[in-house]
Amino acid sequence: MFGFWVYLMTDCILFASLFATYAVLRHNYAGGPTGMELFDLRYVLIETMFLLFSSFSNGFAMLSVHRGSRSATLKWLLLTALLGLGFVGMEVYEFTHLVMEGNGPDRSGFLSAFFGLVGTHGAHVSIGLIWMSVMMWQLFTKGITPVITSRLLRLSMFWHFLDIIWIVVFTVVYLMGVL
Amino acid sequence: MFQSEYHSDLFGRLTLSAIPYSNPIIMGAVGFSAFLGILILGWITQQGKWGYLWKEWFTSVDHKRIGVMYIVLAVIMMLRGFSDAIMMRLQQAYAEGAGQGFLPPEHYNQIFSAHGTIMIIFVAMPFFIGLMNFAVPLQIGARDVAFPFLNSVSFWLTAASAMLVMISLAVGDFSQAGWTGYPPLSENQFSPGPGVDYWIWSLQLGGIGTLLTGINFFVTILKMRAPGMSLMKMPVFTWTILVTTVLIMLSFPVLTATLFLLTLDRYLDMHFFTAGMGGNQMLFTNLFWIWGHPEVYIVILPAFGIYSEVVSTFSHKRLFGYTSMVYATIAIAVLSFVVWLHHFFTMGAGADVNAFFGIATMIIAVPTGVKIFNWLFTMYRGRIEFTTPMLWTLGFIVTFTLGGMTGVLLAVPGADYMLHNSEFLVAHFHNMLIPGALFGYFAGYSYWFPKMFGFRLDEKWGRRAFWSWLVGFYLAFMPLYALGFMGMPRRLFHYDNPIWQPYLLVALAGTSLIAFGIFCQGAQLVASIRNRASLRDTTGDVWDGHSLEWSTASPPPFYNFAKTPRVDTLDAFAHMKEHGIPYRSGAPFSAIHMPRNSWIGVAMGAFTFTFGFAMVWHIWWMAVTSILAMLVLIVMRANDKNVDYMLSAEEVARVENDIVCATPPATGGLANLDPITQG
Amino acid sequence: MHVNPAHGSSTVHGSYRSNTTGFILSLLLTLASFGMVMSGKFPASVTLAIIVTLAVLQIIAQMHYFLHLDSSPTQRWNVMVLIYTLIVIVFLVAGTLWIMYNTGIRMMPMPH
Repeated sequence: MFGFWVYLMTDCILFASLFATYAVLRHNYAGGPTGMELFDLRYVLIETMFLLFSSFSNGFAMLSVHRGSRSATLKWLLLTALLGLGFVGMEVYEFTHLVMEGNGPDRSGFLSAFFGLVGTHGAHVSIGLIWMSVMMWQLFTKGITPVITSRLLRLSMFWHFLDIIWIVVFTVVYLMGVL
Repeated sequence: MFQSEYHSDLFGRLTLSAIPYSNPIIMGAVGFSAFLGILILGWITQQGKWGYLWKEWFTSVDHKRIGVMYIVLAVIMMLRGFSDAIMMRLQQAYAEGAGQGFLPPEHYNQIFSAHGTIMIIFVAMPFFIGLMNFAVPLQIGARDVAFPFLNSVSFWLTAASAMLVMISLAVGDFSQAGWTGYPPLSENQFSPGPGVDYWIWSLQLGGIGTLLTGINFFVTILKMRAPGMSLMKMPVFTWTILVTTVLIMLSFPVLTATLFLLTLDRYLDMHFFTAGMGGNQMLFTNLFWIWGHPEVYIVILPAFGIYSEVVSTFSHKRLFGYTSMVYATIAIAVLSFVVWLHHFFTMGAGADVNAFFGIATMIIAVPTGVKIFNWLFTMYRGRIEFTTPMLWTLGFIVTFTLGGMTGVLLAVPGADYMLHNSEFLVAHFHNMLIPGALFGYFAGYSYWFPKMFGFRLDEKWGRRAFWSWLVGFYLAFMPLYALGFMGMPRRLFHYDNPIWQPYLLVALAGTSLIAFGIFCQGAQLVASIRNRASLRDTTGDVWDGHSLEWSTASPPPFYNFAKTPRVDTLDAFAHMKEHGIPYRSGAPFSAIHMPRNSWIGVAMGAFTFTFGFAMVWHIWWMAVTSILAMLVLIVMRANDKNVDYMLSAEEVARVENDIVCATPPATGGLANLDPITQG
Repeated sequence: MHVNPAHGSSTVHGSYRSNTTGFILSLLLTLASFGMVMSGKFPASVTLAIIVTLAVLQIIAQMHYFLHLDSSPTQRWNVMVLIYTLIVIVFLVAGTLWIMYNTGIRMMPMPH
């Protein structure tokens, strides 16, 4: 558990590098669009709600594990995964939309940084979803064992950590981008 | 030079023209390597050792085995990196004025790029990681690391990445952008071929392996120390490794991110560092060195730890100033994160920025000075034994101190404006890396070799190796300091100043002497194996050591300690010897929980290689398949219930009894190198 | 003696209350941030300072309520490691911003 926490710290550094990159490139529009022109805050708020609610339901999933209830855990995990999928889906839609408009990551340094940072976060969430499905399958076939419990604990840490990173993302990228 | 717009679905941009038929030097190197490879593989086959290698070494999750494999990798890569060095010296010795040498610039650029990349990432890193793998769990009284399977994965990731660099010799070419790969040279616009991609992927994938190792050992040291061993009772080497793992964990993600961004630029046409379209090239340099500076401390701190162990052991004294050593190490680690700009003083920041980082760089010399004094005070009034490890250490103390002073000179931004990217700089960092890090690893290798294999290394050849390396180093690099002052830049394949040539000829002579030193090390190994009966370590404590690893047999049983030792003081083993406390327990033994070997680490390494190769050559189906395969492997591992076993008390008793009764084994083939092992 | 780190270090459990409290706090802080920016009624510098503060508060809230970080002895190592990571991140980001700003203002003006 400590080892996984330490790994999360290294992931923090990774994201910090991406944030630093974004901060440096945030005005390099290369004649292309700015954040103000591109970001739809209502859309991002809904996205944020998906992720926040999924963190909330993830908390209940872990409480169910400690209670020893396999079915409750599975239900909460499923909800978490669906909400996470909603988040990723919205993000994919946002990205696709941008690319199709010609404002993809190849348009400017600013957009590269945007896609790089937000995309990496989204990739982490997607990997979390894959992990979650594997865990749900393991839970379904083997029930709550000590090994599965500790894996779920790590997944839960990972999931909450991603929500925390998202707080910084929406603040620095979207909110500040529009100010 | 490789250039092609060709792309097929099956082979990506790989074509037969990727093999450098027209370059006799490269084809010669490829041929020679292939010949050597076939020789070794053939010998293993002829000896029927594949089963043994697979079962006992490749699939092992035992930190001692993994450690040795890392060192073997480091040595192999050192031969490759050193060949690059010889070629550069030869070229520079003769490419003056009308002389063109024998290397065209495109080839020369690849050589210095490969040389730096190999030596730092695939020699220095694996070497100390191997030593730390072997020694740290033993030093802290643990049975293995916190995550043995992950340890195996880390090794195979590193090995796969090394193979990527090696294969770039035969298929395509390597990066010409130096080991630092600055854009825009490293971008598609100026380096469209596979070279930079080989560089990116070997660093990226190897970096992941290293990061996992960092996490593994950080947790191991914090959570798996023997009872009673508080942090301030740990051996100094373990301390330096602990701090090194912190540096690894905090700096390698920056490298991952930076290389990732460059990858996005090259593969998806993004604009992080491109010239134009909003890219910022300085950002790469900045991010690269945020990793790069801690990286050099990562390679030096383990060496410092080894020196502490060696100095105290061979002065037959406790280490002077243990507490200050620990704090100095921590100080170095903290400071190493605030000096990185000194690698690019000349790149456009203002005087205020340069001053801040210059001062910080000078401050970081202070804790290192503390360490040097502590080593000197340890030796003072000690009974010094000039064994090979001690010789390496003494050579280090003198030479590294000189080189360190040149570092303080370079830390002055004004001076650096004259000396940046000159041969002075080249001399400085080799002065840090060779007598600093590499001598440390050689000392550690000689020091722990008896523990690893049960017999000592031949002292005579060891001394010859040391003196050749030491004198060779001075001859090879002192002229470079002078050349730097005379204005010679680095990375030159040709020059027109005849005044420089004699210096470069001396440097060539030095390099040849170092080559002889390497030969001596090889001879040392052969002679030691031949004479292993007379060099046998029968007690496990061949040097009268201070720390717990010396309380085990040589080599230790695969579970390290039948009973976890209880520790009360610093220099635990010395304390036990002095006070007659028994350190090898007798019956009754209890069952021990052991991890099973696993082939999945090897498989992950294999798919890492195929992934890297596929990405370099744009063979997308192969890249995707490799990733899917790795996912499958992870899930397989996750579902594997059979990952550990209980070693029964009777088995433990049997192994312990074998140790007690061990007699020198009959001379025979190399297969008898490890007398007491279990599957 | 085999120490399994998964069991060795204690894993702290939360409660229904802490999960819900954390959620409500996060929700409110998020809505406040978005609301402030979307309303456009406040001057940019004030908004900036406030949304940064709200973000920091939400991070602390989530770390405490969701990740169960606190000053208890079992969490001590986790907190220390986190603090050291944050220190390095501050150097990394602040240093990068300072250096890049410095080099940036010394660049020649580019024709666009």
